[in-house]
Amino acid sequence: MEKYDLMIIGAGAAGLTAGIYASRAKLNTVIINEGVVGGQMVLTEEVANYPGVETTKGYMLANTMKTQAKSFGCKIRSNVKITSYALEDPVKSVTLEDGRSFSADAVILTPGGRPRSLNIPGEDQFKGTGISYCATCDGDFFTGKEVIVVGGGNSALEEAVALTNFATKVTIVHQFDHFQAFEHAIKEAQNNPKIEFIMESELREFIGDTTLEKVTIEHLPTGNMSEMNIDGVFIFVGYLPNTESLAGLVALNERNEIIVDPDMKTPIPGMFAAGDCIAKKYRQVTTAVADGTIAALSASEFLRTRNTKAAPKPASLSVQG
Amino acid sequence: MKLLQTPVQEIETASELEKIINENENVMVCCGRMGPMCIPVYDTMEELQDEYEHVKFYSMAFDSPEAGVIRNAPECRGFMGLPFTMYYKNGEVAHATSSIQNRQQITTILDEKLK
Ligand SMILES: Cc1cc2nc3c(=O)[nH]c(=O)nc-3n(C[C@H](O)[C@H](O)[C@H](O)COP(=O)(O)OP(=O)(O)OC[C@H]3O[C@@H](n4cnc5c(N)ncnc54)[C@H](O)[C@@H]3O)c2cc1C
Repeated sequence: MEKYDLMIIGAGAAGLTAGIYASRAKLNTVIINEGVVGGQMVLTEEVANYPGVETTKGYMLANTMKTQAKSFGCKIRSNVKITSYALEDPVKSVTLEDGRSFSADAVILTPGGRPRSLNIPGEDQFKGTGISYCATCDGDFFTGKEVIVVGGGNSALEEAVALTNFATKVTIVHQFDHFQAFEHAIKEAQNNPKIEFIMESELREFIGDTTLEKVTIEHLPTGNMSEMNIDGVFIFVGYLPNTESLAGLVALNERNEIIVDPDMKTPIPGMFAAGDCIAKKYRQVTTAVADGTIAALSASEFLRTRNTKAAPKPASLSVQG
Repeated sequence: MKLLQTPVQEIETASELEKIINENENVMVCCGRMGPMCIPVYDTMEELQDEYEHVKFYSMAFDSPEAGVIRNAPECRGFMGLPFTMYYKNGEVAHATSSIQNRQQITTILDEKLK
């Protein structure tokens, strides 16, 4: 069992920031991460709205945060799978698939979110041979071809417009009769002559031999099924919080987001949560970084007051540069 | 010229690739860019370097003309997702994948094809 003061679950913007603050405050800190360090920042081609940093690649921002956290002594264990959690007791612990286990006196949950998939037949089979989740990565494979974009939010509409630089025709398939996106994004897509719309419809199946050849589409109001020949499908249907494995351990709302107070505390003493996984409206790198900061400071305060129960609580907590 | 900023050693020419796969029994090459589908694969390879000492791990820049050997390989026909990842056994292509793969998918291939 590796023992720490603070354990952080997830190494995205929120977790790395919490790691930076906690290890700078001399807390013995470990971040345990299931996927790639940096989380969704790595999925972001360009970040142009992180103040103080000119337009940069998402992975560069992620790398800098990782280096910063490590330079203050934060340990990072990535690409691992947690198989069991015991987070309610004063000493919190997790066990990994490979048998290693970690314990700490406080935990910050920062598992973020992931792109939602359609979960329909053929989706796994044609990933990389017709189905993509990244227009900037794979757009040029569809030069001169016809593609479908599934979704009706900002990313679906923006990516559809971007794909018109490559594809001869882009068809947006959306389940509702209206879009959930900024007005300027909707206008730009509607004014693009290469973009067509199939509204109130959902994909039901991906069909092909070695590569994707066609899809089945259901028109929801009538239930009519039709087939459409297509070279590629790009899927942008929103994000899901990565909280499945935490259900039952912590209070979640109806969207499976973790409920916290303004100090990022959960109702369980010593358990905090931050970033895209919490119940909130705006999900950005800046908001994840802010949440991570607050969670780390709250956790430090929790550990300090717990260790010196008799000492009076400071009137306010200030952090020096 | 190196084009990728990854900790996985980059192969720059087709002849260098040829030499590596002929001199090493097991070789994995991730041919990509510095994008969101490729970086997680490089990241996983970096970690696996210590665990799979019998496999050599390399990257190659997808946009380099030298990477044509991978882009146009028969095993990559129909591939439309970055990165193209090649697994070589005794100089021959043992397996190839298109698009992002997670650690478990990669180790499954390594365990089956590059024993
Ligand atoms: C395509 C795209 C473009 C975007 N563009 C921008 C932009 O331009 N500007 C901006 O500010 N924001 C942008 N965002 C949003 C921004 O990236 C996120 O809001 C932010 O990165 C969230 O950080 P996070 O740390 O909360 O979560 P994440 O980045 O999701 O990180 C969570 C980490 O936890 C790991 N994890 C998950 N479950 C577990 C578990 N059970 N155990 C251990 N580890 C786990 C994950 O693998 C991941 O590494 C974009 C998002 C996407 C997808």
